[in-house]
Order: sequence, then C-alpha cells, then structure tokens
Amino acid sequence: MVLLGIQSTTLAVTAVLTGVVLVFAALLIARLIGPRSYTKRKGETYECGIPTRGESMAQFHVGYYLFAILFLMFDVETVFLFPWAAISKSLGTTTLLAVGTFLFILVLGLAYAWKKGALRWK
Amino acid sequence: MFDFSVVTTWFNDLLTGVMPQWLATTIECVIIAAVLLLAYSLLAMFYIMYERWVCAWFQCRRGPLRVGPWGSLQIFADVIKMLIKEVVDLWKSDNFLHKLAPYLVLIASVVVFACLPWGKGMQMIDFNVGIFFMTAVSSLGVVGILLAGWSSNSKYTLIGAMRSGAQMISYELSIGIAMLTIVCLSGTMSVTGLVEAQQNGWFIFTGHIPAIIAFIIYVIAATAETNRGPFDLPEAEHELTAGYHTEYSGIHFGFFYLAEYLNLFIVSGIASLLFLGGWMPLHIPGWEGFNTVMDYIPSTIWFLGKAIFVSFIIIWFKWSFPRVRIDQMLALEWRYLMPIGLVNLVVMAVLVSLGWHFAG
Repeated sequence: MVLLGIQSTTLAVTAVLTGVVLVFAALLIARLIGPRSYTKRKGETYECGIPTRGESMAQFHVGYYLFAILFLMFDVETVFLFPWAAISKSLGTTTLLAVGTFLFILVLGLAYAWKKGALRWK
Repeated sequence: MFDFSVVTTWFNDLLTGVMPQWLATTIECVIIAAVLLLAYSLLAMFYIMYERWVCAWFQCRRGPLRVGPWGSLQIFADVIKMLIKEVVDLWKSDNFLHKLAPYLVLIASVVVFACLPWGKGMQMIDFNVGIFFMTAVSSLGVVGILLAGWSSNSKYTLIGAMRSGAQMISYELSIGIAMLTIVCLSGTMSVTGLVEAQQNGWFIFTGHIPAIIAFIIYVIAATAETNRGPFDLPEAEHELTAGYHTEYSGIHFGFFYLAEYLNLFIVSGIASLLFLGGWMPLHIPGWEGFNTVMDYIPSTIWFLGKAIFVSFIIIWFKWSFPRVRIDQMLALEWRYLMPIGLVNLVVMAVLVSLGWHFAG
C-alpha cells in the first residue's frame, strides 16, 4: 500500500509468495491427510479410461502457430500504444496522425493475413 | 465515505513506534499476505457457490440446498473432499512441468487479484503502470495452462491446452485494445488514478459511445479469456474429457478449478475498474441528496457489487448461447472484435483530442 510506505514491487513479490505458499501448503495438507496407495496401473495416463495408444506428446495442428505469430504482432503493437494512450490527452492532433499511420500499417498486415486465408481455420 | 487508509496509517504508526522500520514492513507484508490468502480463498468459495445458484436459477432447478442454509456450506464439504483425495503422480508425465503448472496459474491470478481496487485506501499493489502490469501478469496463466496440457502426456490435455492457448492469446488482444481505449480517455494507467478519474462519472457514461462499445468487447473477450461457456471449448467435456486438467487429481485439480473461478472475479473486477468506476459510488450531477445517500454505502460494497453484477452477465452468457466451434471462435476475434476494437480506439482518440467527451 502506498500509504504504508511499502514499495509496490515489494508487495508484488509478497503476492507472488502468497501464491506459492497457497499451492505448497494445500499440496502438503493433501499429502498428509490424503490416502496413498500403489497399484499396478495407478500412474498410467487416464485419458479416457482405456490404455493409451501411440505417442502422446505428438505433433499438433500448425494453425495454432499461425495465430500465435499473428498474436505476437498485435501484442507488440499494444505495448507500443499504451504509452501513447496514457498521454494522448496532452498531445495534439499531429500525434494522432502519426498513430493513425502506425495503426494503418498494422491493419494492412491484418488485411494481408486475412486475404491469404490465415484467419480461416482449416 | 470511509477511508481505509486511516486504519493502515494508524497501524503503521503503532508499529513504527515500537520497532525498527524494516521489522514493521515485514510484519505488514505478512499481514497483507494473510489477508490476501483469506480473501482469495473465501471469494473463490463464494464464487463457486454463486455460479451454482445462478445456474440453478437459470435452469429452474433448486440448486444445492441440503448442506447449511441454501446449501451455503456445501462448498466446505467440497473443499474437504478435494483435500483428502489422493494426489496421483503420473509415471510418464514430465514431472517437473506437471508440478510447476498449478503454481504459474495460481500466482498469475493471485497477483492480479492483489492489484484490484478494493475500496477507498485499500489498494494493495499500485504501480503507475497498474493496468499494464495486470495484463502482463495475467498472460502468465496461459503459460501454466500450456505446460499443464503438454506435460500430462495425454492427447486430450494436449489438444485442450492448445485450444486454450490459441483462445486466450487471441482474446487477450481485444482485452488489451479495450483497456487502451479507456487509458486513452483517462490519461493514466495507475489503478488508483483510473478510479479517481471516475469521481464525477463512470467512464462508461463520460466516454459514451466508444466506451460502451469497448465495454461490450471487453465482456465478450473476458468470457473467452476465462474459458467459460460459450467459449469453453478447451474443456468441451464431450470431446476432451476435461481439457488441459484431465490428468490432475485431488487438490492438484482443485488449483485449476480455484483459479478459473477467481479469474471470473478478476475479469469482472477489471471491468468494473475500467468502465463502472471501481469503488466509486454512482453519482448523478445535480442530484445532491442522491449522491450523499450513495456516499454512505461503503466503497468495498460498491466494488464487490459491480464485480458480482458483471460476473452475473458472464454466467448468463453460458446459458444463453451454444458452445462455439474453434473456427467460429477465432473468426469472432480476428474478423470482428479486433478490427471493431481498433476502429473504436481511433474513434476514442479523436473524441479525446477534440474534447467531445463528457468532462470527467
């Protein structure tokens, strides 16, 4: 809290540690009071009840990568836009034009991906 | 309106009076952590029950009502049940990643939870880039989900995690753009700053049309971000058993369950922070008597009430719309929400630079 004179960074670290403690303590309690047993098939992959066939860490659809790359482009764009948005009130219309150009180029990229059919799930 | 900082300063003065600064800070940090832990667990429990009651209401059922008044103690029975179940270790899984995944998911949600504006003077983590920090930390949860799916060594979890990853990163963009729209209007990224800026009118009113569009986009994207119906295809139960957490058992599964419900609260909390004024009471300019009455309601109640209201809308979605397919889900984001959001951002920037918004 700002009012206590504690830095927000310290408190963020405190919150991270709180998360760690929550998971660790609950797991510890579960280990202590939960039953433990060993049977022949206990640790096998459950999946859907019948024995697994083939490799499970297998290849998957390439389409996911495509969206990940597109995401990267637009996420970096958001990072660039945040500082502008925070001070956009005090900046004039000239900056608006600059940001408009930046967004226009990005939208061109999106339009290209769209045209190429990258946004269609196959 | 009661300012909680009175309590914190009094407590701080009390501690620093009898002990050195570093010890006082440590004690305060421990107390904050304990409060955080308590609030997090209690709210998660409340939310699990809340969803059941709302679902029951929508389906004309009576919902849980055997244990305690209106079944309110049911959740304690569920938690105990989950705790005393065995945590099964898989043989073929990537053990380290399998155990790491719940930590990442929970840490992400606890840290964002601590950033929310709880009330007047009750802000815990308050960076000057607060809202940006929230987006940054909450994307850590995606990593946890991907790790959980990959490390479990099962095809269902892998597909569930991949779907979840694609969905969450896609909709994160819309959330980011909706946030940008509001940051553009407010001119600040800090959480307290955002709340203070809504003193004379919530952003959804002062920002009128673009703010309302941003709110709608945000609520849709937040539903997808929390993997809730109609966007619950990462855990579509008739296709993928339970999605990315199929192979987790007992309390290990419980963590994902907990984080899922808390994320529902967190996205609703951010919605109320950005659009509905955080803990600011509803003020109508000129209605002095009304404003005074509204000021008597404690700020925490305002914040929780707004968050619960937004959660109600998100739970409502689940029962109103059928589950979307993956191509529809991606098309909705990339072809509709994101272009609309970008145009909306530009409209908001123009409005702000021309001063065509209601003065906040």
